[in-house]
Amino acid sequence: MATTTGVLQRPTSTTGLWGWITTVDHKKIGALYGVTAFIFFLIGGVEATVMRLQLHRPEFDLVSPEVFSQLFTMHALTMIFLAVMPLSAAFFNLVVPLMIGARDVAFPRLNAFSYWVFLFGAILLQSGWLLGGSPNAGWFAYAPLTGPGANPGNGMEFYLLGLAVLGVSSVAAALNFIVTIINMRAPGMTLMRMPVFIWMTLVTSFLLITAFPVITVGLIELYFDREFGMNFFNVNAGADVVLWQHLFWVFGHPEVYILILPAMGIVSEVLPTFSRKPLFGYPIIVLSGITIGFMGWAVWSHHMFTVGLGPVANSVFAITTMAIAIPTGIKIFNWIGTMWGGSIRLSTSMLYAVGFIFVFIVGGLSGVMHSIAPSDAQQQDTYFIVAHIHYVLFGGSIFAVFSGIYYWFPKATGKLLNEGIGKLNFWVTFIGFNVAFFPMHFLGMDGMPRRQPTYESNMGWDLWNMVATGGTLIIVLGVLIFLHNFFWSLRKGERAGADPWDGRTLEWSIASPPPEYNFATIPTVHGRDAFWDQKYANGHAVPQGASDDEEHEDDEGHGIHMPSPSYWPLVAAVGLAVAGYGMVFHEPGQVAGAIVAIVGAAITMVGVYAWAMEPASEPSEH
Amino acid sequence: MTSKHRSVVLFTSLVTILGVVLLSGCQFTSPGHPQSTFDPHGPVAERQMELFWIIFWAALFVMIVVGGGLLYTVFRFRRKPGEDRMPEQTHGNARLEIAWTIAPTIVLAVVAVPTVLTQFYVSNTPEGDVLQVNVTAHQWWWEIEYPDSGVKTANEFHVPVGVPVEVNMTSSDVLHSFWIPKLAGKLDVIPGKNLTMWFQGDNPGEYYGQCAEFCGEAHAWMRFRVTVDTKEDYEAWTQAQLADAVTPGDDYDDILPKAGLNVFRTSGCILCHSISGVVELPDRAELNKAYIASEGYRISKGPNLTHLASRSTMAAGIRELNAENLREWLEDPDKVKPGNYMARDAQVYYDPDQALTDTEITELVAYLLSLK
Repeated sequence: MATTTGVLQRPTSTTGLWGWITTVDHKKIGALYGVTAFIFFLIGGVEATVMRLQLHRPEFDLVSPEVFSQLFTMHALTMIFLAVMPLSAAFFNLVVPLMIGARDVAFPRLNAFSYWVFLFGAILLQSGWLLGGSPNAGWFAYAPLTGPGANPGNGMEFYLLGLAVLGVSSVAAALNFIVTIINMRAPGMTLMRMPVFIWMTLVTSFLLITAFPVITVGLIELYFDREFGMNFFNVNAGADVVLWQHLFWVFGHPEVYILILPAMGIVSEVLPTFSRKPLFGYPIIVLSGITIGFMGWAVWSHHMFTVGLGPVANSVFAITTMAIAIPTGIKIFNWIGTMWGGSIRLSTSMLYAVGFIFVFIVGGLSGVMHSIAPSDAQQQDTYFIVAHIHYVLFGGSIFAVFSGIYYWFPKATGKLLNEGIGKLNFWVTFIGFNVAFFPMHFLGMDGMPRRQPTYESNMGWDLWNMVATGGTLIIVLGVLIFLHNFFWSLRKGERAGADPWDGRTLEWSIASPPPEYNFATIPTVHGRDAFWDQKYANGHAVPQGASDDEEHEDDEGHGIHMPSPSYWPLVAAVGLAVAGYGMVFHEPGQVAGAIVAIVGAAITMVGVYAWAMEPASEPSEH
Repeated sequence: MTSKHRSVVLFTSLVTILGVVLLSGCQFTSPGHPQSTFDPHGPVAERQMELFWIIFWAALFVMIVVGGGLLYTVFRFRRKPGEDRMPEQTHGNARLEIAWTIAPTIVLAVVAVPTVLTQFYVSNTPEGDVLQVNVTAHQWWWEIEYPDSGVKTANEFHVPVGVPVEVNMTSSDVLHSFWIPKLAGKLDVIPGKNLTMWFQGDNPGEYYGQCAEFCGEAHAWMRFRVTVDTKEDYEAWTQAQLADAVTPGDDYDDILPKAGLNVFRTSGCILCHSISGVVELPDRAELNKAYIASEGYRISKGPNLTHLASRSTMAAGIRELNAENLREWLEDPDKVKPGNYMARDAQVYYDPDQALTDTEITELVAYLLSLK
């Protein structure tokens, strides 16, 4: 009989629905993150497709301007906060402990908490669609269009509370990974022996814990303005509304690197494996990743070149922005150097990685174009920018995510994704992507502003809008092919074995899917590419995954202590969601919303207290 | 054809398509592209365009070298069927890595020079004879005032050819952005701030402008026009704008306009719209107090209509000004320009009992079109 803590018995089941709900296993949490985030990726895709249908020809009337405003706002929020970031988190969860030779993350229950808070934050953010209107002023939410005067209703509250709750999730997860990476590496894995993906996770996590507080300040100020009549962004009371823009972009630019550094980490793992060569210039790749993390803080005003900060500020931020292209370029050169002389296997994962580099060069170069502040005054807020961000975030982050999915899916499930369907998936998506987004460069230079729900045919924008919409439909087809591949392979996919790609890092040294405890014996690391060295150190290959598979059988009974499931993280997260809804529906002068918020806070307190009182793992029964 | 060959063919054809598409971008100077930034007609837009081409060619060069290098590498070192080669496990090459750190640094340092020079050029209004224009942005139209001559107008304004124009901008509500693609890049219009930009038109003609910063529901319909006139035309325009509006007399032709003026006076139009010499705007502060007390919101300021019929467009540059469009606008402004405040705040639209009759609309259209 398991011991009891608090009022309720500790959950013991690790299977079935209850097993998923109370799990603290990083692999299961990774799967939850991945599936949830992918569902939101599809929702964001639907939002994008509706917008492209609306714009496919001039003066089309599919959605109203107000709905269109909500669509572009929610599309960005969904893709950034509910798709790309949690997809990165899915890889962090799934891969980081396996790569560093650990049995779990440092704080398994905090990890579960991060996921549940993410899920509830995401639902909170999206629920405006059903509860009276979503935020409608862009994901950047510039004051004073978001203030109480110009933007009545509850739409902006969903934005403010949704992002605040999601911030809790991100910061909790980031702290967890920092501690995990610093403390839980296998013996011998010095910092400069860590795989680049681990390095990028570490840098991203530091960016998360430093950037989110900045936006949170802005969110709280705007919430106070809206609900309690404060004047942080009230021009009539003497406020300077540009303050919001600084707060937003001081967060927003590091956020861009939060979205792209994990992608760079994934690609830095995939390229060496499929080239059968170590990463070229490992130290400088690591260093350039760290440099990008630091420099990401010094470029925020390049989002504000047309705000009138003056020629000196514009020149300074133009130059810092150009400078950030240097470490980015170094990474690209080193990736090409990695492939040079290699024996390149163009698997689907590798195709996505190469596709990533290719489109990222385009997106990176258009980024440098924007750093030229005076000429950016023509491009700012046009479709040229829309093209750029999709080249770096879709062609960049999302392509890398797909590369990572094809790469680690066998590790997570034990099955290979079908390569034939996979290649079709890649080419359709790649072509659709370029057809959809390349023409937007022309539209922007031809003077088409973003965020307008329609246009007239005398502007000369008809052709490329039609082409872009066609490309979007091709992307939709590509994503459908991926979904087919996913479900088909889950049922009928070829068995993967421990090491299907002839991998280089430790996750390939254990069974697929890994046992709950990951490593029967914690490995000792003697260099970078720990598993590769183990296999090929003597110049000849050992059979794939040989050393480990048999030990597992013996080990089952040896009682490796793993953290026990817990429902307190879920309780604490539910409390935050309740408090969030209470604050969304707070009306000045009424107490109902405040009461709900207090009840929610109390639930969170109970959850955290019970969680703190409960031991991480129950004493063994034998 | 193996699948790898197919991949390479696909990749190359894609690059070719991109190239063709890229070159076809040059068509954007034809008249069918009123907001093309490739077709500058003044020094500010020209300098911005020159800078764009510098960075464009540099970027294209880098794209060809690096992108080409990437594709070549993938093609050359792809694993052939049956190949089981163990590549040499090289870890890096210090010299090469230093080289490709320094190379982009040099390119960027070179590009930074014209960037900074152009930034200061476009940010500083030239000395000497400069025309001042004050612009106040509203959701969703532009109020224009010439502080020197005293001309007040809206959504369309004229400037003399070859003379620098300094635009002093502020906003009465939310953020906007003032942009005339063929004359100058944009600058945001910020409530509580006065920002200044300059431009100059070198060729007479009519140029399109548009708000570029998302400003709410009717953002897409917040446009304006700038007409670059010869010196003589500009003088004539200024004199015409300074005159008071024509008051319809008792001639037979004036029957409809006169009735229209009466509708204008009695249906609430005057609460927001000024027509100088005919109906001056009442004291807005007092009015707003009364309005906030009774209706819970401020009444908005509307465009000055003194010489409405001298403009070529209506409703902030979104439609040609003619009887048919005016009628459609007066019947249901929200249909023409979703979200606008006239549809929301004017009693004739929110109160069905007060709605304009067909006759009244005909009379109003006649009056408005008489305001030459």
